[in-house]
Amino acid sequence: MRVLVFVKATEDSEQGVMPPSELLEAMGKYNEELVNAGIMLGGEGLKPSRLGKRIAFDGPKRTVIDGPFAETRELVAGYWIWEVKDMDEAVAWVKRCPNPMLGPSEIEIRPVFELADFQEIMTPEAEAVHERVRQKLEGE
Amino acid sequence: MAVDEAHRAIEATFRIERARLIVGLARIVRDIDQAEELAQEALAIALAEWPTSGVPHNPAAWLMAAAKRRAIDGVRRDRMRERKHAEMLRELDEERDTSVEAIEAAMDDDLGDELLGLIFTACHPTISAEARAALALRLIGGLTTEEIARAFLASEPTVAQRIVRAKRTIGSAGLAFEVPRGAERARRLGSVLEVIYLIFNEGYAATRGEDLVRPALCEEAQRLGRMLAGLLPEEPEVFGLLALMELQASRLNARTASDGALVPLTKQDRARWDHLLIRRGFDALARAEALGGTDGPYALQASLAACHARAHKAEDTDWRRIAGLYDRLSQVMPSAVVGLNRAVAHSMAFGPDVGLRLVDEIADDVALRNYAPLPAARGDFLFRAGRLAEARSEFETAAKLSRNAREVEFLLARAVACD
Repeated sequence: MRVLVFVKATEDSEQGVMPPSELLEAMGKYNEELVNAGIMLGGEGLKPSRLGKRIAFDGPKRTVIDGPFAETRELVAGYWIWEVKDMDEAVAWVKRCPNPMLGPSEIEIRPVFELADFQEIMTPEAEAVHERVRQKLEGE
Repeated sequence: MAVDEAHRAIEATFRIERARLIVGLARIVRDIDQAEELAQEALAIALAEWPTSGVPHNPAAWLMAAAKRRAIDGVRRDRMRERKHAEMLRELDEERDTSVEAIEAAMDDDLGDELLGLIFTACHPTISAEARAALALRLIGGLTTEEIARAFLASEPTVAQRIVRAKRTIGSAGLAFEVPRGAERARRLGSVLEVIYLIFNEGYAATRGEDLVRPALCEEAQRLGRMLAGLLPEEPEVFGLLALMELQASRLNARTASDGALVPLTKQDRARWDHLLIRRGFDALARAEALGGTDGPYALQASLAACHARAHKAEDTDWRRIAGLYDRLSQVMPSAVVGLNRAVAHSMAFGPDVGLRLVDEIADDVALRNYAPLPAARGDFLFRAGRLAEARSEFETAAKLSRNAREVEFLLARAVACD
């Protein structure tokens, strides 16, 4: 199964405080372990939310909101994409991660939807829509 | 509930460490079976102790130490037995602790190459390809014998026996779980890559709705391939194979319709391809090429897969490039099936007559006798060349040779379309 692993933001990460070199090194080693275990598919660090934007939807209305965003604890500072056997394995791997921040911090694991999850709710009508989109894309 | 949760957490940690644990122990006790047993005993100890003592700071070292204590106890027990049997008390006393010390020394060795050593040993060319695959899945993937049997559509006793025999071969050959070097390494690496691709294809051949263990084989193979790429970052064909698997796996979701029928490449909904895997495939292929491996058999096959992945629509497919890649592949890895695919690629790039000429060159190959895709391809070339009566008869021949009901249906429909 595929999971998205979010490293949550802290005041420091939102201020753009760069991690000390020991932490960078420890994270480098950890990333190497993830690669060698064959579970890491990708991942990146994110810049502070002051450089981000949000688009709010309300009916036909679209409102663009500039960062920074207030609720620091709910913001994301980085992510990985992993392929693991189950959530237990993902948890075991996250536990080995060095604390990614200087102070207390949090990492969140979210399983990615898979095709099988959709097949239960995919009606023939919905599938027909997808098929029409496909045919248009293919220029048939 | 809490205990159950703790047990699952411990088992997950154990799964991560299992392969390393086994090889570390196998190097000491020189016996894979015993190493597996010791590892299992370490898990049992952890399950008994961790829920109250808490998960240790370094679970890997803890598990290793627990297994090591068991190994030492075992050596001591054996020694006691020997003493009684042989009544050689004094002599043995003199060399009392050497094997215990040897174990401790071996434990302190640099364990960097351990996993690689296990992979190379499990995939040793003296073991049959099926047994290698079973052993790799068992020792490195941590699959149970039952899971492997289900995945390979074989009976459990058959697989168990394969594994036992393979272990015996390893034992009697005195394979030391070492990473081979030089020319030996190149030869042995071929054997490792072959096993990984065999596992992948076994999963790829399975269809959705079948036992989920089978498609999961693709994931196991990809994981092995990614591991190997991490452990051998300078080997071009490791990246060639990884690229090939990532690119093929990127189409897994798109290649079955909701009724279970296989969807051919040109008809797949390309929006359903896994673009993360495609990017990973491109990256791995670029790495293989940067390492000088452009013409490796796996890298060439990956390049072929990449041509399809690069085309956003089926009509955008660069068939000339594909034809050129098949020309090279048929030199590097000559086979009748590659030859047939080469004919198909040339027919797409340069027209049906070129395809017909190439397919006639290989039509007498024994490997293609009674091979349905040969008349099916000829039928397609003839159809496109407007020679409908001949095309019809080829499609009918192909339908007679095919054993897949859906394929027969498809071929007969093409025969009818010739009228």
